[in-house]
Amino acid sequence: MPATARPLSPHLSIYRWQIQMVTSIVHRATGIALAAGTILLCVALLALAAGPEAYANVQAFCASWIGLILLLGWTWSLAYHLLNGIRHLLQDVGLGYLPAQFVRNSWLVVAGSLVLTALVWACVFAQRGGA
Amino acid sequence: MSNLRTPMKTALGLGSARHGVHHFLVQRVTAVALLFLSLWFVWVVLSALHSDYAGAHALIAQPFNAVLMIAFVVAVFWHAQLGLQVVVEDYVHTRWLEWTLQIAIKFFCFLGAAASVLAVLRIALGR
Repeated sequence: MPATARPLSPHLSIYRWQIQMVTSIVHRATGIALAAGTILLCVALLALAAGPEAYANVQAFCASWIGLILLLGWTWSLAYHLLNGIRHLLQDVGLGYLPAQFVRNSWLVVAGSLVLTALVWACVFAQRGGA
Repeated sequence: MSNLRTPMKTALGLGSARHGVHHFLVQRVTAVALLFLSLWFVWVVLSALHSDYAGAHALIAQPFNAVLMIAFVVAVFWHAQLGLQVVVEDYVHTRWLEWTLQIAIKFFCFLGAAASVLAVLRIALGR
């Protein structure tokens, strides 16, 4: 994509994959995914303002297979970006820079994001079962 | 000779891009806001999910929720613009495409925020 071809330093294909680079890459990827998700948020709010017919369309989309898959993906993206964001804020004030801490905190973020996603969807299905 | 910078440069603190740390700070401030607002957002979505139209409308129309929803969408679109800007800066090296994307992202985020705020105001104030 650059306008002029220049020599490149070693990039992703050279290095052994490790948690430090995965958390960084996934933070950006989930950020982009969440930015795309704002479209649904905006549409849902506009539909809620517009009336029951428009809102029914949003509900139908969210209940469809593609809607459920997207919502599941956005739930995990939000959980991950939130927890990894906390990790980044702690690093901004100088905490967690030792390699051992970095690796442990990164895995905590990954595990925590899966737990949070499971919790949220447990709430969804519990409400559905109760309603 | 340990410091080749002029005192003026240090005093201004603007760095080589001449924007200082403004982007960095606003990204963190919106992140801290979203830390709390997104937890509330998950709660409000879960609450609205299984109520009908009238229930969801009434939920967002409550002043407390309406104010937090406006704060949430403003912080989300602001934070998204700052984050997407860095992604484009890092990966898009063709000048015209980079500028086009940067401006498109700013337009998209502003319009998204404005439309969302208008929607919340209609929900809270209308009918």
